[in-house]
Amino acid sequence: MTRGQINRLKDKAFAYFGVFCTLIGLVILAFFIGNIFYDGITRIDWDFLTNLPSRKAEKAGILTAWAGSIWIVIFTFLIVVPLGVAAGIYLEEYGEKSKLSELLEVNISNLAGVPSVIYGLLGLEIFGRLFGMGNSILAGSATLALLVLPIVIVATREALKAVPPSIRAASYGLGATKWQTVWHQVLPASFGGILTGVILAISRAVGETAPLIVIGALAYVPFTPSSPMDEFTVLPIQIFNWISRPQHEFSINAAAAIIVLLLITFVMNGIAVYFRNKWQKKINW
Amino acid sequence: MENKLEAKNVNVFYGEFQALNNINMKFKENAVTALIGPSGCGKSTFLRLFNRMNDYVDSFRMEGEILVDGNGIYTKDVLVDELRKGIGMVFQKPNPFPKSIFENVAYGLKIQGIKNKAVLKNKVRKALQQAALWDEVKNDLDKSALELSGGQQQRVCIARALAVEPSIILMDEPTSALDPIATAKVEELIHELKKDYTIIIVTHNMQQASRISDYTAFFYMGDLIEHNKTDIIFTNPEHERTQNYITGRFG
Repeated sequence: MTRGQINRLKDKAFAYFGVFCTLIGLVILAFFIGNIFYDGITRIDWDFLTNLPSRKAEKAGILTAWAGSIWIVIFTFLIVVPLGVAAGIYLEEYGEKSKLSELLEVNISNLAGVPSVIYGLLGLEIFGRLFGMGNSILAGSATLALLVLPIVIVATREALKAVPPSIRAASYGLGATKWQTVWHQVLPASFGGILTGVILAISRAVGETAPLIVIGALAYVPFTPSSPMDEFTVLPIQIFNWISRPQHEFSINAAAAIIVLLLITFVMNGIAVYFRNKWQKKINW
Repeated sequence: MENKLEAKNVNVFYGEFQALNNINMKFKENAVTALIGPSGCGKSTFLRLFNRMNDYVDSFRMEGEILVDGNGIYTKDVLVDELRKGIGMVFQKPNPFPKSIFENVAYGLKIQGIKNKAVLKNKVRKALQQAALWDEVKNDLDKSALELSGGQQQRVCIARALAVEPSIILMDEPTSALDPIATAKVEELIHELKKDYTIIIVTHNMQQASRISDYTAFFYMGDLIEHNKTDIIFTNPEHERTQNYITGRFG
């Protein structure tokens, strides 16, 4: 074989290898989703969505679980957005380069890799016990907000970085202060990117189980929460609880609940993609 | 004519690198001064001293004094945002905000707290007329400025600078990204503006400097080599280096 033939062969070989690697992930995922849909899709009906949990599998519903999830999502959103966006703005636009800021940056990236159980313990100690929030929605939301805070900070910084420096120069040149420049020019131009990061962070929070179990979220809650200080459960915990029971009927319930959870995350990611495309089209440097 | 701007014993450093060496220079009011010289000679750095745009460069350090209307602008009590309201700047590449034409021109006024719609409309129109753009865009004020041509974008940027009614305009190679026709329009505009404004323009284009400026300053390697009336610089320069540069023998 000539050198050229060998090169082309290698090229082709890698292409096939790449297809194979891509397919492995997709096939396993498809199999998993197919399996769940096969088990659970017939279980989903109006009663399943609106019934309270029950010891009898056929009467049990996920009302308290998805209501709890929504409460948690709303409060996590309310806590993480101002904190994360403000921190991102500070680090990117205000903070001066120094040893301290470098240390801070490395640590923010590291925080994203800390196991979520650890955040649960932190939340239990600080929000649950020290601040006396107990095992309330507020304690859970604050813990999850802490967990996804690095995602929001990093996404905010990336979005701000993507705004061309010439826009800032133009604004400063007209006598704008730093805050006016950020508020009127940089933030609107990076809104799409920040929003995408926030929604991805929230979808991550929707699926989190471990930290909420540590906080003391309950598996059995016979009421829907009516205030942020109420006890709660969420979909992943309900799923976890049903899966760990021996009766087959409960694992069907779990499959059905997984479908609902998947749909929620799917819709949220869809919204993120939609906004990203919409804002990117509007702003074309 | 008064001296509007003055540089006294100015040295500029970026970290260890010295970008400007002991510059002394005066700028006449309501005149156009062109700063010329090869790339990296320090002319843009010098221009940016007058509205303190170098402040954003981390390693920037300056010695000496810059005076605007006789007042030092690098003293501690100077409010940089106030200073910049009197000194407009036009950049190398047109950099309109990703907003409507109207919002672009009105921005400088809005951040000063002007909210009255009639006042804003009036000032935006006046600025666009001064920038010789009004007739082309008067029916499209709500259109995004990014949809305009490069030359029109640059005139939006000029209008944006004029709207806050500065007395000085700094231009950093304002036509380098424009085609010849757009360049001609901007040059014509500069000619009109010098009646009311003191203009400093950095340019790489020798013909442009000779066409539009009253005074020309030649920079080389951080030194101010020669500063004189433009016709003298281009016909009878004192220094051989200036002669070599303007005749295109180097640079």
